[in-house]
Amino acid sequence: MAKTIMTVDDSSSVRQMVGLTLKGEGYQVVEAVDGKDALGKVSGATIDMVITDLNMPNMDGITLIRELRKLPAFKFTPIVMLTTESQAERKQEGKDAGATGWIVKPFKPEQLIGVIKKVLG
Amino acid sequence: MAVEIDTSAFTEEAYELLSELEDSLLELEERPTDVELISRVFRAMHTIKGSGAMFGFDEVAKFTHEVETVFDMARSGSLPVTKALIDLTLAARDQIRSILDASRGGPPANQDNANRIIAGLRALAPQKGGGAAVAAESKASAPKADVEGPHVYRVRFEPRPEIFSSGTNPLLLLNELRDMGQCRVVALTNALPSLEDLDPERCYTQWEIFLTTSQGENAIRDVFIFVEDDCTLNVRLLDRDEIQEEAEPKKLGEILLERGDITEDALGKALTPLGDRLVSSGVVPADKVRAALTEQRVVQEQKQQQSKAAEVDAVVRVPSTKLDKLVNLVGELVTVQARLNQISGRLNNQNLQLVAEEIERLTAELRDNTMSIRMLAIGSTFNKFKRLVRDLSTELGKQIELTTAGADTELDKTVIDQLNDPLVHIIRNSIDHGIEKPDVRALTGKPLVGQIHLSAVHSGTSVLIQVKDDGKGLDPQLLRRKAVEKGLLSPDAVLSDSEAFMLIFGAGFSTAEKITNVSGRGVGMDVVRKSIESLRGTIDVQSALGLGTTITLKLPLTLAIIEGLLVGVNHDFFVLPLAAVEECVELSPKDIANSHGRRIVNVRGEIVPFIRIRERFAMEGERPVIEQIVIANVDGRRVGFGVDTVIGQHQTVIKNLGDSFQYSDEFSGATILGDGTVALLLDLARMVRYVEMQETKETGGA
Repeated sequence: MAKTIMTVDDSSSVRQMVGLTLKGEGYQVVEAVDGKDALGKVSGATIDMVITDLNMPNMDGITLIRELRKLPAFKFTPIVMLTTESQAERKQEGKDAGATGWIVKPFKPEQLIGVIKKVLG
Repeated sequence: MAVEIDTSAFTEEAYELLSELEDSLLELEERPTDVELISRVFRAMHTIKGSGAMFGFDEVAKFTHEVETVFDMARSGSLPVTKALIDLTLAARDQIRSILDASRGGPPANQDNANRIIAGLRALAPQKGGGAAVAAESKASAPKADVEGPHVYRVRFEPRPEIFSSGTNPLLLLNELRDMGQCRVVALTNALPSLEDLDPERCYTQWEIFLTTSQGENAIRDVFIFVEDDCTLNVRLLDRDEIQEEAEPKKLGEILLERGDITEDALGKALTPLGDRLVSSGVVPADKVRAALTEQRVVQEQKQQQSKAAEVDAVVRVPSTKLDKLVNLVGELVTVQARLNQISGRLNNQNLQLVAEEIERLTAELRDNTMSIRMLAIGSTFNKFKRLVRDLSTELGKQIELTTAGADTELDKTVIDQLNDPLVHIIRNSIDHGIEKPDVRALTGKPLVGQIHLSAVHSGTSVLIQVKDDGKGLDPQLLRRKAVEKGLLSPDAVLSDSEAFMLIFGAGFSTAEKITNVSGRGVGMDVVRKSIESLRGTIDVQSALGLGTTITLKLPLTLAIIEGLLVGVNHDFFVLPLAAVEECVELSPKDIANSHGRRIVNVRGEIVPFIRIRERFAMEGERPVIEQIVIANVDGRRVGFGVDTVIGQHQTVIKNLGDSFQYSDEFSGATILGDGTVALLLDLARMVRYVEMQETKETGGA
């Protein structure tokens, strides 16, 4: 059964690029434009993994990760943050919030797939 | 993988963001302390930078990065929002726009202008040590390949108990290591609490992994990059330092012996393995000792491999009759050993028991070794088919590619020898009936070149050999009709699809419209079934109409010794091949009453027919009150066999019954039990077929 990955990013072009890459690998994709939108879309849906940007309006990625981890269904779900910030503290903040891993932008589709395989199997 | 991405998605978004940026900047001029506005500006630039880099707009990304870096200071409050900052940012915004325009065929952007803007922005920023805030994050993911060949690493991975809560699955990390080379994993489970104290959301296990790989230490550490802070990780290169110690100093025991200070007997008594002593004295937990022993073994193996590679592989050619003789003798030995065990168990003599146990261990080792001598890789057989496929497909005007997997899977030589013909028939059938001609394939949207995939894989004590094609598949309706036409099936018979697929193995069955010289006379597949059965194997057919057919042969690893299920009826014993047995259920008088005398048993709602062995062989004696039904998979169907008692698993050394027995079709051999009793090995498929034939005759005559 195809696994479902939610991608959260305020940039439509990033969503498109991630979405196309994921669909090309046979994953189902659910898109959300920011943290708030993502939280609204997770209830009732089966999401096997979340890929989220950090810097977003309404609700940023770190808050989203923290909120998701509070939900029983997302207690152990792999959550990967997309980040251009190379600063260690941003990554640390994400890890502390419960992120599984990170991908540094810009990235190539192969790198994205590599990280997904790493955390999702 | 190549994902073609339309860059217009980015440029459109970027133009939109730029106009938003302009609005926000103008608003910001009115309210320079509005934090929300400042972050909006920052976010817009941030997105342009991130997406730009991803879509290959490096110039946009690089320039925006500089602007963003300065504006980030405004966001964090270390730089006030002044008119100068807004002017420069607006100019920067126009510059980004002109870079974008240039990419769409507009005039080239003015680089001097860009430099001026950046210089201006930098001048605004409070000076920090070195302006280069561009921390190059891209940690080289390409591992440094070690050219010196494989090394053994010990990786000690101790995740924190809370590791699951970051969505990490440690097993995936182990799998990643497994992909890097030869890998042996020891789980350290001493921290595992008792079941009632166990919190399933915590990880109690730690691992020691011994990895033989030609990749460097960094590649190993990269696997754990996401969990660096959630675990203790220790990677150590093993073989280099250990390998030097060729000239070992004499062990203490040897020296004491040499000097005559102790006797060999006393030494032996004192020499319980070090690990046991350490564990019993509580110095070190048992799992740590196990890990250390594994380390020892892996390093030793690596050393042996190195020295082995240096030697020329010495091969001795032996006539196979000699091997057969050896296997026979080992078989006898296994039988005698079982007797010895039984006797020693009865006599209760400790010394005898010790010897018996030792002989049991040696016999098992001898058996496995002897069997392995007879094992050959199936690869050579696979290779023959390449030619067959090539020639036949040309002859029939088809384009077919044969792929193989598992060519190094080992099987008993006898099995391999007898497997050739059935496989030829199955592959011919796939080429002739399965794969369509290129024009037909083109119409159905399939690739013109058909695929036949031949694979072999170990599955317990069996080997699965699979022939898979992407041809037109089997039509169960058509098969049923043909079978009825040919009188092989009564018109009112109800068959499941998988039963219908098995019809292709019936005698005189062919669905080919016209007979070709490749196949179609309906002899081939019948022969296949017979030969596979004579190898004590089973056949399974899966097919999807229009998509292809997969035929799976399940064969025992060896013919000389099989795992059997020993059962008793009256005072006699029978053996059923364990590979076919699925489960055992009880049959009570109530069940018999419920089925109104028919020989069926209800297994969790499923009706399974059964054969009473006592009735089948007209044996004397009373049925026990509660009978045992052994349910086996026979030709893809579940059939039960009623016996008095189920005794248990039995290493069955198979003896031929010889020619002196008549009507022995339903037995595929005999075996001698530990106490010298003979047990007959049942051929389940034949038995079922005979019973069916008899019943059809009876009902047909009535």
